[in-house]
Amino acid sequence: MKRIILSSKETLTAIRVGLFLAIRQVKRSSKWTTLLITFIMTLTFLNLVVVSGILVGLIEGATVAVRERHLGDIAISRLKEKEYIERSTKIIAAIAASPDVESYTERYLQGATVEANYKTRRRETDLVESTGTVLAGIDLLLEDKATGLSKRIVEGSYLEQGDYDKVLLGCNLLIKYLGFESTSMPALKDVAIGSKVRIKFNNITREMTVKGIIKTKVDDIDRRVYMTDSQLRSMSGRTDYNVGEIAIKIKSTANADEVKRSLVSQGLDQFATIQTFEEGEPKFLKDIKQTFAMLGSMISAIGLVVACITIFIVIFINAITRRKFIGILKGIGIDSVAIEFAYVCQSLLYALVGTLIGFVIVFAVLKPFLDAHPINFPFSDGILVATIPGTFTRAGLLFLATLIAGYIPARMVVKQNTLDAILGR
Amino acid sequence: MQFLGAKYNPMIKIQDLIKSYTTAGNTFVVLKKLSFEIEAGQFVAITGRSGSGKSTLLYQLSLLDHPDSGFIEVDGVDISKLDRRERTKFRLNRLGYVFQDYALVPELTSIENVVVPLLMQGLDKKTAYKKALAALERVNLADKINNLPSQLSGGQQQRVSIARAIGHDPHILFADEPTANLDKETSENVLEIFLELNKKGQTIIMVTHEPEYAALAHRTILLDSGVITSDKRNVGHKPQD
Repeated sequence: MKRIILSSKETLTAIRVGLFLAIRQVKRSSKWTTLLITFIMTLTFLNLVVVSGILVGLIEGATVAVRERHLGDIAISRLKEKEYIERSTKIIAAIAASPDVESYTERYLQGATVEANYKTRRRETDLVESTGTVLAGIDLLLEDKATGLSKRIVEGSYLEQGDYDKVLLGCNLLIKYLGFESTSMPALKDVAIGSKVRIKFNNITREMTVKGIIKTKVDDIDRRVYMTDSQLRSMSGRTDYNVGEIAIKIKSTANADEVKRSLVSQGLDQFATIQTFEEGEPKFLKDIKQTFAMLGSMISAIGLVVACITIFIVIFINAITRRKFIGILKGIGIDSVAIEFAYVCQSLLYALVGTLIGFVIVFAVLKPFLDAHPINFPFSDGILVATIPGTFTRAGLLFLATLIAGYIPARMVVKQNTLDAILGR
Repeated sequence: MQFLGAKYNPMIKIQDLIKSYTTAGNTFVVLKKLSFEIEAGQFVAITGRSGSGKSTLLYQLSLLDHPDSGFIEVDGVDISKLDRRERTKFRLNRLGYVFQDYALVPELTSIENVVVPLLMQGLDKKTAYKKALAALERVNLADKINNLPSQLSGGQQQRVSIARAIGHDPHILFADEPTANLDKETSENVLEIFLELNKKGQTIIMVTHEPEYAALAHRTILLDSGVITSDKRNVGHKPQD
């Protein structure tokens, strides 16, 4: 087959004529058709960006929750072989002195069991409801400043200074919030604000009153029992002031790695494990994030294929209904490259307008709205993850798909016999 | 076949032209070994009954279709040697075509329909529009340049079609039943334009089934079942020098 190559001047002329035809065809075609195609392109773009963005945002929401409500930007925990963070006061003093730290919270931790219905059971042989938990003794003000714990109260109220024998229960300790009964993760029934519960650890038993229920959507927190640090210290007979974990929130201008380096440089890593959030982020979250990112990419790929097919159908129908005019244009000497370019231009124009509208919807409407009002998923507050570079990449892929999906049907129709096209055979 | 002796200058030369179509497994020979020549500047009418092969002949001459066999030379070029793109380019630069149903692009205004082939020829926008306007003036449509085809009558659309066909100064103008969809008065207007163009030296080949319109041409070729049954000079007309 003879290879036909256009000179650069001929190519430029063909592009110029293609553009001339495309602009007028779009400008003077039915407004409803243009609107419909643009709407489809906008939906296609949103499908590419929003579906995967919400999927990733679902996990991102969980990650943000762990960071903001539990571990902070830097998490300090005990060394593996130790029961507590030794020299806690020294570490806390160093943290408090750091100009990069916005707030921090120290928590005394103690494994325990919590029991309910021990007063209301009818027979002595009835089992007492009990479940394992971690007691967290906190400085109420520091904790609230660092993690906003008081904002997570879903029933009752936050603890106050001087609240003795009063606790906050994590919602997942209650069947009412957990939503299911399980032997591996037992939970308590009929516990409400004002109910008495029994806390047991190291042969110590204490009856306490439920003052509030907290729901953070961070599983570790939602299985804890919170009380004041002074009460936990006195219950456990601890006088060393060594805490179980410290969460640090750094200033927005600060760098977590640098703050960590500064603490390590003071030799504090001899007494505790110091990790940035990224280092200390639970592995399951990292794995789920990767899984959802993969799922997002797969859905985007499917979205892209759907976009290709949609554009193909739209351009094919457009070209096939104009087959006669394509034949006439060829008949009067218009090069097929110009006609093909006209259709590719049209599809790119639709993609451009659809993408621009999609950009506005994503960055001016959806993202700000979902940042302010996250989607209330059972285990996270879902946000929309859509970065400008990532969205541009997806827009680029959409344009590439449009280019191919616009060219193929145009080529199919344009290469048909000129006379057959003119005569409608 | 020779018309003017020493000044003879064939614009179209065909020899042993055969064209057939196959429909539902049956092959119909539409043009049966046709041979003739057309001189530059002539106004030739090809006429005959429906199915006689006149339109098919026009498609071969205007490079819209390929013959099965035979030799065709148009404007000094053996068209069998042209590839697909060269044929398109040849049509663009040397031929003009007036279709029976006007065949204007519906989204383009009158002047835009005329300007497209001129832009394709590589003319700059200003020159192309100037030439397009001149072509529309020649068919008395200067006042309708910004009208879409849907805003024009049939006769006006046909005149735009003629302007598009002559805008780039083609060497040969082909017209396929240009008056078939027009009333008598409008048809006569269109033919007046053709005669005017021919007076200025334009070679015109027109297919028509109207004997009275065919009689206006210099020469009438009558086809019947794919064979030339008559090829005569019309009284009162002389080919252009």
